[in-house]
Amino acid sequence: MKKIKGHIDYNDEVIRIRGLKKSFGDLHILRGVDLDLYQGENLVVLGRSGMGKSVLIKIISGLLKADNGSVEVLGHNVMNISDKELQELRLDIGFSFQNSALYDSMTVRKNLEFPLVRNQRNLTRAEINQAVERVLDAVGLSQTINQMPSELSGGQRKRIGIARTLILRPRIMLYDEPTAGLDPITCIEINELINEVQERFKTSSIIITHDMTCAKSTGDRIAILLDGQFERQGSFDEVFDTDDERVKPFFDYNFIQ
Amino acid sequence: MDSQTNTTIRPRRFKSIKRTLNDFFLSIYNIYLFVARFFKEVFLPPYEWNEVVKQCYQVGVRSFTLITVTGFIVGVIFTKQSRPSLAEFGATSWLPSLVSIAIMRALAPLVTALIAAGKVGSSIGAELGSMRVTEQIDAMEVSGTKPFKFLVCTRVIATTIAIPLLATYVGFIALLGGFLNVYQGEGTSFSTYMQQVFEPLSFIDFEASLVKSIVFGFTIGVVSCYQGYYSTKGTEGVGKAANGSVVTAMFLVFIEEIIIVQIAGWFR
Repeated sequence: MKKIKGHIDYNDEVIRIRGLKKSFGDLHILRGVDLDLYQGENLVVLGRSGMGKSVLIKIISGLLKADNGSVEVLGHNVMNISDKELQELRLDIGFSFQNSALYDSMTVRKNLEFPLVRNQRNLTRAEINQAVERVLDAVGLSQTINQMPSELSGGQRKRIGIARTLILRPRIMLYDEPTAGLDPITCIEINELINEVQERFKTSSIIITHDMTCAKSTGDRIAILLDGQFERQGSFDEVFDTDDERVKPFFDYNFIQ
Repeated sequence: MDSQTNTTIRPRRFKSIKRTLNDFFLSIYNIYLFVARFFKEVFLPPYEWNEVVKQCYQVGVRSFTLITVTGFIVGVIFTKQSRPSLAEFGATSWLPSLVSIAIMRALAPLVTALIAAGKVGSSIGAELGSMRVTEQIDAMEVSGTKPFKFLVCTRVIATTIAIPLLATYVGFIALLGGFLNVYQGEGTSFSTYMQQVFEPLSFIDFEASLVKSIVFGFTIGVVSCYQGYYSTKGTEGVGKAANGSVVTAMFLVFIEEIIIVQIAGWFR
């Protein structure tokens, strides 16, 4: 699937991060991260394990508190925001977890209904059903509606996880390792789904991945997190057109030459 | 050589004791914060009544069979074991009174709490622990739901409501077990037995039992939710949460039993 960049509005920053620092004890994970995400853009964040990629999106969604710096999401500084405002802001942020994080004790239908019912308590049963069917159709898994998460494959779980976030129609999507642990064909399907979500729901996304195929097919822009900072940013070809020994192994490992 | 070894071991042992004490007081402080958060959130809307009812049903169903069997056996065994001592003084006619005092004042709430700590406490600890390590709690949080309110408040309310109900049920089942044994031994009729059962009991006995069950229920809910909600270290953490829920809840139930018995004694 060829990426079309026409829909990106480079004048509209949906996320703006400056000088972000985060440590766990003596371990300095993020050491002054600067990052912008534009309206309609898919930004892929690459980096080695333990470099703080997931920490970054958890800070953006307010799951973790940063030590220093500023994180503005849709004009709100998540570092200085009340719990109520954060909860309202989160309705505009979809988070797709690495292990899907589906609620084990609920069917697919209940999983999808859960955020909707809790946040929009005045909806009728017909409206809820319609919303559930719409997002299930968007991820191509209408037939799984009454299944339990344990009955789904890894790829299906990822899709349902994405569907659950889409039901609230978020403006920003955060994907944590969307293709981790999946076979190559399912990876391609998930990559296509990420691009479909971007086009159909007009979302801006940050995609955390190690998978270069995912990076290449979904990313409008690639940012590489090295030593707690973004060292290189740009299109896929721009980022990997380098002799930097810290960057080249990503490319060489994924596309064995 | 021995003195050298002793000097190196002592600081290490001292550090270990210091760390253990530090962890102990830190966990007490964290539980205090947890309870404070519970009281802060439980009175604020939205109210999750459906989830509370669901959890009450879960608590009841999870332990109903075991509690029925255990309550009945406790009644039979206690009556059977008490008979020889009373028979020595020719006082077997006091058996229903003795059984009722023991069951209503102490055994019913205590047995119910211990079984609930094992059955319900471990289940809540493991369930929340598993939800924590698989990021289901984080998923709730980012989808605009308050997981503490939805998962913790509902479960603590459920155990606080369901355990007193179960304790009352256990009390009657145990008295029934006692009756069967008394009927077998002395041929006492059911109406006479019940009359003798309620004769020695005063209002304060029922009141103390109810307070005890409520406190036990709240304790089991808080401890198991705390252990599960703050579970870490993957699947190992889930096991620790389940185990920690049972051990800590049982320990606290015994401590509370002693304290409430003392307080009730002052009012008697």
